[in-house]
Amino acid sequence: MTIGIPRALLYYKNEKLWTKFFDELGINYIISPETNKEIIENGSKYAIDETCLPIKIFLGHIDYLKDKCDCIFIPRIESDQDRETCLNFRAQYDLVKNTFRNYNLKILFYNDSGHKPQKESKAYKKLCKFLHIKKSLGKYAYYIAKQTQMYYEFFRSENQEKVLKDTKKIKVLLLAHAYNIGDKYVGEPIVNMLEKLNVQPIIAEYFDRKKCIKASKAVSKTLPWSYNQHLLGALELYKDVVDGVILITTYPCGPDSMCDEMIVRQYKDVPIITLTIDAQDATAGIETRLESFVDILNFKRNGKK
Amino acid sequence: MNNEIIACFPQWGSYYCAFRFLFENGFGVKYMTPPPITKNTIELGSKHSPDYVCVPFKYCLGCHIEALEKGANCLMQIYGGCRLNYYGELEEKILKDLGYNFKFFNMAEINFKSPKSILQNLKIVNPNVSIVKIAKALPATIGIIKTIDRMEDFIRQNAGFEQNENEMEDIFSEFKQKLDSTTGYKEYKKLKKEYLKKLANVKINKPKNPIRVGLVGDYYTVQEPFSNYNMEKELEKMGIEVHREMNLTNTIIKSKYKSSRKIGKKYVKFNIGATANYTVAEALKYAKNGLDGIIQVKSFGCTPELNAQTVLQNISKDYKIPILHFSFDSQTSETGIKTRLEAFYDMLSAKKK
Repeated sequence: MTIGIPRALLYYKNEKLWTKFFDELGINYIISPETNKEIIENGSKYAIDETCLPIKIFLGHIDYLKDKCDCIFIPRIESDQDRETCLNFRAQYDLVKNTFRNYNLKILFYNDSGHKPQKESKAYKKLCKFLHIKKSLGKYAYYIAKQTQMYYEFFRSENQEKVLKDTKKIKVLLLAHAYNIGDKYVGEPIVNMLEKLNVQPIIAEYFDRKKCIKASKAVSKTLPWSYNQHLLGALELYKDVVDGVILITTYPCGPDSMCDEMIVRQYKDVPIITLTIDAQDATAGIETRLESFVDILNFKRNGKK
Repeated sequence: MNNEIIACFPQWGSYYCAFRFLFENGFGVKYMTPPPITKNTIELGSKHSPDYVCVPFKYCLGCHIEALEKGANCLMQIYGGCRLNYYGELEEKILKDLGYNFKFFNMAEINFKSPKSILQNLKIVNPNVSIVKIAKALPATIGIIKTIDRMEDFIRQNAGFEQNENEMEDIFSEFKQKLDSTTGYKEYKKLKKEYLKKLANVKINKPKNPIRVGLVGDYYTVQEPFSNYNMEKELEKMGIEVHREMNLTNTIIKSKYKSSRKIGKKYVKFNIGATANYTVAEALKYAKNGLDGIIQVKSFGCTPELNAQTVLQNISKDYKIPILHFSFDSQTSETGIKTRLEAFYDMLSAKKK
C-alpha cells in the first residue's frame, strides 16, 4: 500500500510527525512535489472562484496524487489547545470527498477534535486500529514521531534565536502561516527577495509555540484561531528586536482578514507592510514594495545612529 | 445626565422586538431599536472595516456607528462558529479608535462554564442587574422569537398569493409595533393569539401547485432582508412560495443541529463549521420534498458556506434540482441580482410546464 501525502496546508505543521510515523510502521508513502504553476492551475479548476489560495493549492496537490497512490492522507484537525483552527481544516475531508466524487478516492484520515489534552494520541490510536496495526506498535511509532517533531521544532526555534542575536543585518519579521511561508510558490520568493536585499528574514512560525500563545493573550483575549495566536504572540515578543514586520496573507484568507487589521491597529509604532498574494504571479510589484520598505528601514536605522 | 444606559444590538431581521423586550424588562435598561439599514450604513461600515472581511461585519459596524451617533452607549455582539467569534473584539477596537465612548458587551468573552464570569459580563450592561428579573423575562422573549419566526414562515409561503397586496406585511408590522409596549408574558400571549388569527384570515388564492423555492445561506445574509437585497420580497412578488428554515428558533432555541448532521450524512461526514451543516441538510430536505429550486445566498468569502457550496453542487446533480448561488459584497449591483432572479424564475416556470 502506498499513501500519498499532499505537500500543502497541515503538512507544513506536522511534516516530521507524519513522515516519521509512517517510517516507523514501514508503510510506503509518497509526498507530492513542491508547488508549481501547473499544480495551482489544476487546483483552481476544481475550486470555487472565491476560495482562498492555500485551498486551491491543496486541491492541486490532491489532483497530482489522485492516480499515483492507493489512498490519500488527509487528517482533520479541528482544534489546537483551547482554540480552533481555520474552518477549512475542519472541512478538508468533506471538501475533497465532494470535489473528487467521480474519481472514487480513498482517503486515510485521523480526526483530531475536542479540547482534551490527549486528543491527538487518541486520534492516532484510532488510525492504527483502522490500519490493522498492533496497538503497542502504533503507540510506539506515534511517540517516536511526536518526539521527532518536537525536537525538530525545538532546534528550529533555537537556531532562529541564535541568528536573531548574532546577525548585524536588518531583521524583518515575517508573519505568515506555516503553509504560506513554507510553500515554494507563496512564501519562498519573498524570503529569497529579502535575502537578495541583504536582509535577515525572521520567520514568526519558527518561534516556540507555547511561549508565543501565552504572550498573545495579553494582546487579544478572544482571538479564536490558535495559528493566528502563534503569530500574534511572536510579534508581541520580538517587536523590539526586529526592524520591521511583513504580514503575508493569501487572498481571501478569513482569519487573517481580521487578525491583520487588529495587528495594524495595535502596533502603530512598528513599521508594518501587508503583502496579499493571489493566484496571479506577478513578482515585480512585490519586489518594488519590498525594496522601498527595506530602504525605509535602512534610513531609520542609520538615522538612529 | 448621561447615567441612563441605552443598549443596542445590530439590526437583524425582526428580532429587535425580542431584544427590546429582554433588555427593558430583564436587564432594566433602555433599548434603542437600531436605525434601519440603508446604503449609508454599509458605506460607513466598509469605510472603517478591513478590506475582505465578510459583509456581515461591515453591516454590524455601520449599524453600531449609526447607533452611537444617535445616542446609544452600550453595544453588544454575539459569537458563533466562524469569524463571528472575533467580531466583538475587533469592532470594539475600531470604534474606540474612532473616538467613541461606550460600553461593550462581548459574548465571546464569557466563559459559560463559570457562573462568576457570566455574572461579571452581564454586569457590563447594567451594574445592578438582577438575574431573577432576566429569568422572568426569558420565557416571553423566547416566545416572541418563536412567534416572529412562525409568522414570517407563514408570510413567506403565502404572501405571494394574497388578494390585497401587502395585507400580511401590514398585519405583521402592526404586531411588531404593538409588541413595543408589551411588558408581560400574558399581554404577549393575547397579542399573539389575536394576530395569528388575523394572519390566517387573510384571503389568498393559491394555485394548487405553485412554484416553490427554498432559501439557504449563511446566518446573517439569509436572515437580514437588506443584506440579501430583499430577495424574499422579490420572490413573493413573482408569485413564488418561499421556504426558509434558517432562523433563531431552528438553530438556537430548538437546535436542529443533530438531525441536520444525520440528514446530511451521505454527503458530509464531519462538522464542517458554523451553518454549513444546516445548509446542506436544508438543501437536501428541499430536494427530497420536491421543491422546484434552491437559492443559496452568502457573503463573499464566507468559508463554511463555500465548503457547503461544493456539496450543494453535488446535490443539484443527484436530485436534478437547480441551485442559484449568490455571493454578496458591499458593492453588489441590485439590477444584476434582479436580472438573475428573473431568469431563474423563467427557467423554473418553463420547467414546471
